[in-house]
Amino acid sequence: MAASHFALHQPQSLDQALDLLEMHRASVRLLAGGTDLVPRLKVGALKVQNLVSLQRVPGLGAVAFDPAQGLVIGGTARLSQVAALPQVKSLYPGLAHACSVMATTQIRNMGTVAGNLANAAPSADTAAPLLVYGARVTAFSKAGERVIPLDQFFSGPGLSVLEPGEIITAITVPPPAPKSGSAYQRLSARSKVDICAVGVAANLSLDGQGRVVTCHLACASVAPTPLRCLQAEEMLSGQAPSQALLERAAQSAAAAAKPIDDMRASAAYRRQMVEVLSRRVLVACLAMAQGGAA
Amino acid sequence: MAKQIIELIVNGVSQEVAVHPWQTLAEVLREELNLTGTKVGCDQGDCGACTVLLEGRSVSSCLTLAMEAHQRPITTIEGLAPSLSELHPIQEAFVQTQAVQCGFCSAGMIMSAKHLLDHNPHPSEAEIRQGLSGNLCRCTGYTKVVEAIGVAADKLGGAPAKEA
Ligand SMILES: Cc1cc2nc3c(=O)[nH]c(=O)nc-3n(C[C@H](O)[C@H](O)[C@H](O)COP(=O)(O)OP(=O)(O)OC[C@H]3O[C@@H](n4cnc5c(N)ncnc54)[C@H](O)[C@@H]3O)c2cc1C
Ligand code: FES
Ligand code: FES
Repeated sequence: MAASHFALHQPQSLDQALDLLEMHRASVRLLAGGTDLVPRLKVGALKVQNLVSLQRVPGLGAVAFDPAQGLVIGGTARLSQVAALPQVKSLYPGLAHACSVMATTQIRNMGTVAGNLANAAPSADTAAPLLVYGARVTAFSKAGERVIPLDQFFSGPGLSVLEPGEIITAITVPPPAPKSGSAYQRLSARSKVDICAVGVAANLSLDGQGRVVTCHLACASVAPTPLRCLQAEEMLSGQAPSQALLERAAQSAAAAAKPIDDMRASAAYRRQMVEVLSRRVLVACLAMAQGGAA
Repeated sequence: MAKQIIELIVNGVSQEVAVHPWQTLAEVLREELNLTGTKVGCDQGDCGACTVLLEGRSVSSCLTLAMEAHQRPITTIEGLAPSLSELHPIQEAFVQTQAVQCGFCSAGMIMSAKHLLDHNPHPSEAEIRQGLSGNLCRCTGYTKVVEAIGVAADKLGGAPAKEA
């Protein structure tokens, strides 16, 4: 490793980690799987004097589901652990899809969900599915614990509301509503390995009459942050989910996107694909919600 | 900053080695321990040439800081063959099917195959391709590599690969 020289601290407890963050606050970063940080440190895109590794902090690495609490993803749980949990596959298929197709096997064996969120890339693959599932981020600091709804977490490309002394200890996702369906679809150039050019997630629930109770729709890589499409969500809420309505909601999502041209795709292509993927995920969610028993 | 002494457990052998905090596992394996079977291609996590197993999971050793591997079992390509005169069934399969051209990607491919077959002894062709999607080869066109892993699965006692 060339460009950057730093000290690496390996605390054995959360308290030690918080102390180290405070002690070195002039120049410090948390390190989880390192799959975002290490490439940037290598090329000198990031310079920092201290890294505080979370890998040896006990009690943060689990992923667990409980029918009452929902899903709890520990602050150092790896993407591959989330993808492997049977209840994630059956109850949160959009998240399971993101965690099993993003990056590569090796990167999913190293990278964490918390790191993916904290890195706050507009393209972060776990963000859109976690947004539609109503996830909350639990963060610890010297001041104590704070819970941040994920839809208030991102503040710009690479930016979140997380304070410098805060550590994500868990990401919690409520249990799915009865008669609901969810999905995530993404497009990228090198099939899976590449950062996604466009991604859309949705989570839709129905009442006894087959009308939509709520629908959440979110996109990756088409705005400065992962984006909730609130207008599309409102169009669907309380309505009978006809094909025509899903189509209009998909158009509304495309209108809400603020894509840019970059090496992965043009803005025009991205906008068009938001519509296509929104339609596809909404159709998939509806089929799942109609098929699944309450 | 001074070097730190860490304990690396590589292929079942524990050894102490002095490393800088910014040195990667790939660097230390190759340059300090002379285990040059692990290759460095992109040095950015994209190509898979540096794949090793850390606690049984495939990782990119070019993105793993050596200090993070302290006291955690590591398997490299050098640790697969049961003896100096035998090959591991996955290595045998690569030779038999001629899945190697320049060989630069092979160690990483074989370590990814090991991870795949450890978790899924009877992969379909689609699953093999998916399991290797983090490994780039610039020579073979992948066909022979995919075939080799199917052959390796059979050798290791799996049923013939089912189609996806
Ligand atoms: C080859 C390759 C392919 C990739 N493909 C994809 C892809 O397809 N989709 C995608 O979304 N990403 C992709 N990535 C990016 C990366 O792998 C993911 O974002 C991963 O989830 C990051 O997790 P990490 O644990 O490795 O983060 P790290 O690199 O350790 O940390 C990332 C950031 O999060 C902060 N952080 C980490 N943990 C915490 C915590 N508990 N509390 C507070 N802050 C924390 C760190 O300080 C740092 O700023 C790819 C990376 C590579 C190298
Ligand atoms: S050298 Fe590590 S992935 Fe390419
Ligand atoms: S054999 Fe040459 S890169 Fe794969």
